[in-house]
Amino acid sequence: MAEERFEPKIVAFLCNWCSYRAADLAGTARIKYQPNVRMIRVMCSGRVDPTFVLKALSLGADGVMIAGCHPGECHYLEQNYKAMRRFSMLRHSLRALGIEDERVRLQWASAAEGVQLAKAINEMVDQVRALGPLNWPSNWSEDVDAAIERIAEEHTEAMEVPA
Amino acid sequence: MSEKVGVYICHCGTNIAGVVDVEEVAKWAGENLEDVAVSREYKFMCSSLGQELIEDDIKNEGLTRVVVAACSPHLHEKTFRRACSNAGLNPYLCQMASIREQVSWVVEDNEAATEKAKAMIAGAVNRVKLHEELEPNLVPVNPNTLVVGGGIAGIQASLELADAGYPVYLVEREPSIGGHMAQFDKTFPTLDCAACILTPKMSDVGAHPNINMLTYCEVEEVSGYVGSFNVRIKKKAKYVDEEKCTGCGICIEKCPKKVLDNVFEVGMGYRKSIDRPFPQAVPNIPVIDTESCTYFQRGKCKACEIFCPTGAIDFEQQDSYLDLDVGNIILTTGYDLFDCKAMPQYGYGRLANVFTSLEFERMCNASGPTEGKIVLRDGVTEPKSVVIIHCVGSRDENHNPYCSAICCMSALKFGHLVMEKTDAEVTSCYIDIRTTQKGYEEFYNRLLEEGMNFIRGKVAEVTDAARLPGEEDKLIVQVEDTLLGIQRRIPVDMVILMAALEPRADAKDVGLQFGISCSMEGWFTERHPKLDPVATMTDGIFIAGAAQGPKDIPATISQGAAAAARVQGMISVGEVSIEPVVATIHEENCSGCRICNTLCPFNAIEYLEDKEVSYINAALCKGCGTCVAACPAQAITGAHYSNEQIFAEIEGLLYDVISGNGAKAPRVEREPVPA
Amino acid sequence: MTKKGKLALYWAASCGGCEIAVLGIDDKILKVAEAFDIVFWPCVMDGKVRSIEKMEDKSIDLCLFNGAIRTSEQEYMARLLRQKSKVLVAFGSCAHEGCIPGLGNVASREEIFQTAYHDTPSTDNPEGIRPQPETEVDEGILYLPIFYDTVKTLDQCVEVEYYLPGCPPEPERIWDAIVAILEGKLPAPGSVIGAETTVCDECPRKREEKRIKEFKRTWEIIPDPEICLLEQGLVCCGIATRAGCGALCPTVGSPCIGCYGPNEGVEDFGARMMTALASVIDSEDPEEIDRIIREGIPDPIGTFYRFSLAASQLRRTALTTGGEDQAAASA
Repeated sequence: MAEERFEPKIVAFLCNWCSYRAADLAGTARIKYQPNVRMIRVMCSGRVDPTFVLKALSLGADGVMIAGCHPGECHYLEQNYKAMRRFSMLRHSLRALGIEDERVRLQWASAAEGVQLAKAINEMVDQVRALGPLNWPSNWSEDVDAAIERIAEEHTEAMEVPA
Repeated sequence: MSEKVGVYICHCGTNIAGVVDVEEVAKWAGENLEDVAVSREYKFMCSSLGQELIEDDIKNEGLTRVVVAACSPHLHEKTFRRACSNAGLNPYLCQMASIREQVSWVVEDNEAATEKAKAMIAGAVNRVKLHEELEPNLVPVNPNTLVVGGGIAGIQASLELADAGYPVYLVEREPSIGGHMAQFDKTFPTLDCAACILTPKMSDVGAHPNINMLTYCEVEEVSGYVGSFNVRIKKKAKYVDEEKCTGCGICIEKCPKKVLDNVFEVGMGYRKSIDRPFPQAVPNIPVIDTESCTYFQRGKCKACEIFCPTGAIDFEQQDSYLDLDVGNIILTTGYDLFDCKAMPQYGYGRLANVFTSLEFERMCNASGPTEGKIVLRDGVTEPKSVVIIHCVGSRDENHNPYCSAICCMSALKFGHLVMEKTDAEVTSCYIDIRTTQKGYEEFYNRLLEEGMNFIRGKVAEVTDAARLPGEEDKLIVQVEDTLLGIQRRIPVDMVILMAALEPRADAKDVGLQFGISCSMEGWFTERHPKLDPVATMTDGIFIAGAAQGPKDIPATISQGAAAAARVQGMISVGEVSIEPVVATIHEENCSGCRICNTLCPFNAIEYLEDKEVSYINAALCKGCGTCVAACPAQAITGAHYSNEQIFAEIEGLLYDVISGNGAKAPRVEREPVPA
Repeated sequence: MTKKGKLALYWAASCGGCEIAVLGIDDKILKVAEAFDIVFWPCVMDGKVRSIEKMEDKSIDLCLFNGAIRTSEQEYMARLLRQKSKVLVAFGSCAHEGCIPGLGNVASREEIFQTAYHDTPSTDNPEGIRPQPETEVDEGILYLPIFYDTVKTLDQCVEVEYYLPGCPPEPERIWDAIVAILEGKLPAPGSVIGAETTVCDECPRKREEKRIKEFKRTWEIIPDPEICLLEQGLVCCGIATRAGCGALCPTVGSPCIGCYGPNEGVEDFGARMMTALASVIDSEDPEEIDRIIREGIPDPIGTFYRFSLAASQLRRTALTTGGEDQAAASA
């Protein structure tokens, strides 16, 4: 029996002016790509706070994509450079936390690059699928209730006056 | 109080419904998503009936939030916001989920598409509940307009506005308006003389009561926002009192110093140290070039002063500054010509008889350095053969990948002029001949009939190293004739390089100064490449002409007029609404760390020294949110893109993941231990 | 005489500094004693868990709980004190956001035990004995608390009314909080009792616009005494750290390390530092940016999450070893 294929869940932040329009274009041109990426529109890649990425991962996303205008083509002149720097900083920290580089990706896509965006999404989905589920919340899912319960029981027993 | 959310899923005919199970999604949203009061699907939500559906539900069901799952918000966000507004709901309490462009059109598997649509809707519902009512700000529009650049685009824009009755400041960096067009001889495809059609317009500008022409001036500083910009203009010293000068030209005649004119005559001719760029200059006021003026260099001469009948010469004049208040700005700063020396294989600058297209224009011009005679660099010899090389610096990955749009037609024009004025044989070496506008293809046919030769091939080299008989003392053009598949060596007397049009060398700085963006190459970026070609991302700043990209004179004039029309529209309405999607600094949380101070390219963030906090001028803020994301104290919030809204959207998008791993269970996970 | 309230103080995974900080309020401790009967304070006076267990629910008016939750016994105490207290305060950085004990989340239990009971040069453990959650002896089974893989903050275990930040909290802030409690002038439950701005607000250094070409380590420069340390390249967390300490460290030339935790409403302290610092790096070249970050911040977790790793979005490094064994064995 074939094993069920792992379908990663990826959150993507698309800037309003370039990459969201690239997604619009991919749609209009009926360019098919894998359904694993769920998009959030932000005005600029410069709006993407590293907290958004950490939040998505901590909730169980298997990867996060940040997409913006190409360097030098930002609709807000130069804000995608801030996205670039934050991405570099975030990746540095994520490595230290043991998260693979492929799970968080910075992608430049101009409004004309529907094909490129679709390609990048497919590539990322394949890479993350190969890595397997991240399932970050499992990192702190120790089941300790029984142990705590036992302390309570132990105390109750100890307090009982022997007959 | 919890919100009442209405969810509307559009079939878009079969565009969405053919792939996404819309009935299932609507049912699911109604049953599973918290606070959803109404969940419907409909054939075409954007139709008037679809919009009425929303309006009725807002009125009858008391909806407080609306989610429309349909096409991209770039298409219909305004439509549905208006529907909400019609029903008395603040338009910003509406959110769209793009389940056509991002789902049905791109997902192959119907089941997967339905699942993705659910997640997108869950994200939108989660988010919309946290939306806040926003009101656009209305600000008045100052009827004055600043036009930067006095080429044909700026001239057209200024005249359109001035004729409509609105005041215009036209700023030009050179001593005269006219731009590149003033340098040309004939214009394609009709061959009317450029000066004949341009100079009347220039005079109109000079004489127009509504136009304040500021030549030999540059923009120093721009601040403010749409409707009320403040601009500081630097008036470079002309050393000639504009009030007193009558333009008689005696000073020019008497000036003993003659220097090479590298600007207007592109090094082909001479000018005096006090001079105007060309005889028909507007304004007709000469300017002293201090670099070459004998008085400025050696402290004596003053011939101009001595002979000036009105005492207009003023050696003491200083640069001065002028502050203007304008409501809109049109940038028509034009282009630079590609430096042909960057392609040494063509020998420009090394081989005397290799000319650039602009040099050739000047040569053809009756008032130019050769008085219109087509001659070799020696100034006397008429060429017997000429090769015109196309795409020099254009359509070339080593230089500029784009097509410069005007060179094919200019080359045809040059061919015609050479054959008209000389007996020379003319050969064009082209990659493709592009004749897309009215009358262009006919002009091409005319040149074919007139006997111009065409070789399809990119020239490899121009050399003076003769190898074969007949090549001595000639320029040899080495080219592959790709139609015949043979290498050719063409010995000729003259070579003309059709140089690429490039963005102004300082275009990126100018873009930053005015708060608009440039493409990678440096062309100003329009708001939309098709639907909004003369507006920019910055409200109140418009672009026209070659500053936006290479284009010919008719297209440039159309854009100049279009930009003027846009400005007139703004002025006649009298006020403009500013998007309320802006960032705000909460003073009580701001410690004045000044991290954000350098982050705003629109200078919307100021540091208030007295309060030791930073402050955002909402009228200047474009709402990108970069400072919101940067603030280490989280003292900045971004309207309509707040952290909470985005967190909620993330949680919604991952609803199925979270229900599996329990990550979003409340922070307190356990009951206290039993007693 | 009005009826005295009941006060409990407890420590879990902590260094004891918070206990000393309580005494830092000096003779005002007598005022505390006037207002409250101290029913439980293991660090200072004898007491029995049993007596707490026997108390009625919500019979303790105020419990100041310091320390992070590292073991099942600490979590038991957290739950017990929660149940018995009307107002539970996460006192100090450990209870608030994990603090230094929380930095243990860069390793698993297995890795920590391996280091502590085997690898350190000073360990003399020829038989390789490790603490076991259960040991069978003749009299029956002996239990030890479970040592968690992941350190938790107090509010990751139980509901917390208030947070008092700092490592340790400054005595003035402790007294302010006690006064607020005594006078009933408390903010909404769930709040941090403290300032709503950051350390820069209290820092006397002169600040300008920021553009950073290189991050410096403290030993690399002698900082100018007047100018903002961050502008001199030192990674000063004062920009993101809640005010309340009086900017003690930056005032004396040592960059803030962030012990007061994030400002109001912030979900991830490290992310605030990362985003703010990255935003003002003065380069547009991706390779140069990478280099500036790599060379300037060799330990991002220790730099950005020194006090807040356990409370951060991701809470810890990816868990690769350890895990189920001990918990499973004890169940």
